[in-house]
Amino acid sequence: MTAISKSTNGGPPRENLAKGLGVFSFALGIPQILAPGRVNRMIGVRDDATTRAAMRAVGVREITAGVGIFSQRRPTTWLWARVAGDTLDLALLGAALRGKSRQPGRTMAAAGAVAGALAADLVDAVKLSRGEAPAAAQEQPNSMHLKAATTVRRDADELYAFWRDLERFPTFMAHLEAVSATEAERSHWKAKGPLGMSVEWDAEITEDIPGERIAWRSLEGAKVDNSGTVRFVKAPGDQGTEVHIEMQYAVPGGSVGSLLAKLLGEEPALQIKDDLRRFKQIVETGEIVRSDGSPEGQLNKRQLKPRPAHPLPDEERASATTAGETS
Amino acid sequence: MRATVWSGRNKVAVENVPDPKILSERDAIVKISSTAICGSDLHLYDGYIPAMRKGDILGHEFMGEIVETGKGVSNLKVGDRVVVPFPIACGYCNACSRGLFSVCENSNPNGSMAEKMFGDAPCGIFGYSHLTGGYAGGQAEYARVPFADVGPIKIDNGLEDEQVLFLSDVFPTGWMGAEMCNIQPGDIVAVWGCGPVGQFAIASAYLLGAERVIAIDRFEYRLRMAREKAGAETINYEQTPVREALREMTGGRGPDHCIEAVGMEAHHHNPGMYAYDRVKQAARMESERGYAVREAILNCRSGGTVSIAGIYGGFMDKFPIGAIVNRSLTIKSGQCHVQRYLRPLLNRIENGDIDPSFIVTHRMSLDDASNGYETFKHKQDECVKVVLKP
Repeated sequence: MTAISKSTNGGPPRENLAKGLGVFSFALGIPQILAPGRVNRMIGVRDDATTRAAMRAVGVREITAGVGIFSQRRPTTWLWARVAGDTLDLALLGAALRGKSRQPGRTMAAAGAVAGALAADLVDAVKLSRGEAPAAAQEQPNSMHLKAATTVRRDADELYAFWRDLERFPTFMAHLEAVSATEAERSHWKAKGPLGMSVEWDAEITEDIPGERIAWRSLEGAKVDNSGTVRFVKAPGDQGTEVHIEMQYAVPGGSVGSLLAKLLGEEPALQIKDDLRRFKQIVETGEIVRSDGSPEGQLNKRQLKPRPAHPLPDEERASATTAGETS
Repeated sequence: MRATVWSGRNKVAVENVPDPKILSERDAIVKISSTAICGSDLHLYDGYIPAMRKGDILGHEFMGEIVETGKGVSNLKVGDRVVVPFPIACGYCNACSRGLFSVCENSNPNGSMAEKMFGDAPCGIFGYSHLTGGYAGGQAEYARVPFADVGPIKIDNGLEDEQVLFLSDVFPTGWMGAEMCNIQPGDIVAVWGCGPVGQFAIASAYLLGAERVIAIDRFEYRLRMAREKAGAETINYEQTPVREALREMTGGRGPDHCIEAVGMEAHHHNPGMYAYDRVKQAARMESERGYAVREAILNCRSGGTVSIAGIYGGFMDKFPIGAIVNRSLTIKSGQCHVQRYLRPLLNRIENGDIDPSFIVTHRMSLDDASNGYETFKHKQDECVKVVLKP
C-alpha cells in the first residue's frame, strides 16, 4: 500500500580515496595486533615486550580508524585521526632510527611508507573538510530525497482538490503545525522539528496541473530548504488513484541532526510514510484511525513507545486525540 | 470498569481501568454481555506474540448491547444487541471492497510497525498486541468499537448469547478454513486440532459437502466432542501413527484437503522431535513450532489444498516446500474475514443447521478470567471453551 524509498545526496556512498585508506587501516592493523613481533622485525625495530605492546596499540588505532571510515558517509573526522596517527608513527619511527633500530634501511623504508600514507590522508582529509568530495552533495549538503506512494480508492480530481488546498496539509502531515495561503501561489508554513524546535518558511507553488500534479518549493530565506511534488496516476482496474509523493529537504543539524531525529523516531522517511497512511485514512474513512495504544493515530514515534491498550484517562485523551484533528 | 489485562507472560489480572469513550465519529461503545477466551489469546498469554505491553486489555470475541454511538453510526442505535467481529475494518478501502476485511488498509494505526514484521500491515484487531493496532480488547465490561457502522451484526431474534457469540471469531474462522478447501462431492477432509476452531472446521466441512471428515488431536475429550458433536472420525496421534491411519482410512490416497487448526504452539508425540522446535522457539531462532502444518502438508493428497486456520506470527523452520511444489498442493490461509460471513452464518444458526454453543465447557465471571486462562491453557477439567460474564 505504501511504498517508500529514500536517498541522501552524497554521490558514491563513501568517497573512493577515503575507502582505500580505510582498507589500508585494516590491512595494517590486523597484523599489528595479531603478529606484532613480525611487524617489528619487518620494519627493523627492536622486538621485545614493550615494542610489541606499542605495535598492538598502533594496530588497535588503525582498526578503529578503519571502522570509523567505513561507518560514515563522509569520514572527515576519521581521516584527520589518521593524519594524527601517521604523524605519531613517524615520530616513533624517528625515535627508533635515532636509537635502537637494528636495520636502519628497513626502518627508513617504513618511514617512507608512512609518509606516503600521511600525504594521502592529508589530501583526502582536506578535500573532505572543504566539502569538495561528493559532487552531488556540493549543491545541497545533507539534503534528503524522499519518495513514497499509496493507492487511494478515489478519483484523481478529488485527491488533487484535497492536496491543492495546502491549508489541509497539517490534518495529515503530523510535523506541520499550520500552513496558510498568503497569495494565490504563495503560502506560509510552520513545522515542528525534532526536540521541540519550530521552523517557519514561505513557499510557492511551482507547478499546478489539475488532476495530475502539484509541485511546491520553499522561497529564498527558508531555514530548511525544501521542495515537494505530488503526482496522481490512475491505478489499474477500479482501484482508484496512485498518489506519488517526492520531497527534498536540507536536513537541519546536518548528519548529527538527522541521526538524532532517527533516534527520536522523527526520521523524515518514516514521517512521510505515516503522513500518506493518514491521508489515505482521512480520504477513505473520513477520520484519523486511533487506538488506545496509539491515540494520535499513525505516528512512528508512538509506535516505538506505545501506551498500554486500555482506554485513556480523560486528561490524556483530550491532548492525544486532537493531534492531526480533521475539522 | 473491570477489564482483563495482560501483565506479562502467563499473567493476566482483572483490573480497574478508565471506561472507554468515543474517539471517532464511526465508533460505538458496547456494554459486554458475554466474552470468550480464544485459543489465540493463549499465544499472548504464553508470550509468543511480540509487541504486547503490560496493561493491554485482552479479548477479541465479544458481544453485548450498544450504549453509545458516534455521529457517523446510523445503522445502530442505543439498546441494539450486537456481536462484534474481531477484525476492525473500514469497509471502504480496496481490501475491504473485495471482502478481505482482515487486511483492511486503514484500520491498523501501527501500520509501519506491522510492515516491518509482515511486509505490510494487516487490519487492526481487538486486544491482540500493538502489531495489530493496540486496540483495547473485549474481556471487559465495555469496549470501544471503531467502524461500528461496518463490523457489528445486530441480533434481534431470541437466540441465546452462546449461540451467536462465536460469530465473532471461531465459527467463521473454522468455516473459512473449510471454505478455502473448495470441497467437492466425495472429498475427504482431515482437520488437525480439535479446539473450537477445529470443531467448527469439521462441522463446516460437512455443511460444505465433505463426504467424510477425519479429526486429529491428542486429548480424548476433544476427540470425543469431534465425534459426538461435529460428526468426525478421529485419530489420537499419541496412540496411532497419523500417516498410516490416514492412508488406511482413505484407501491409500490421503485426505483430499487438510485444515490446520493448531497454530504456533503445536505438539509432537515424539519427545525428541518436540524438543527440536521447542528449543529453537525458546531461543528465538524460529517463532513457530510447525509440527501440525508440516504433517498436514506431507499427508495431503497430491493436488489437494492445505488450509491454515491456526495462528502463526513469524518464521518457521523446516517448511516442506518441496512437497508443495512437487505434488501440486495449494496452500491457503488468512485471518478470517469475519464481516463477510456474519450474515450467512447467522442464517445457518437461525435455520438450525448448527448450534455453535456445543463448544462451551466453562462459564465464569469476568473476575475469574485468570483462572479461566489457566484452565484453558492446561486443558484442565476437559476445557474446550471458556465464556466470561462481566
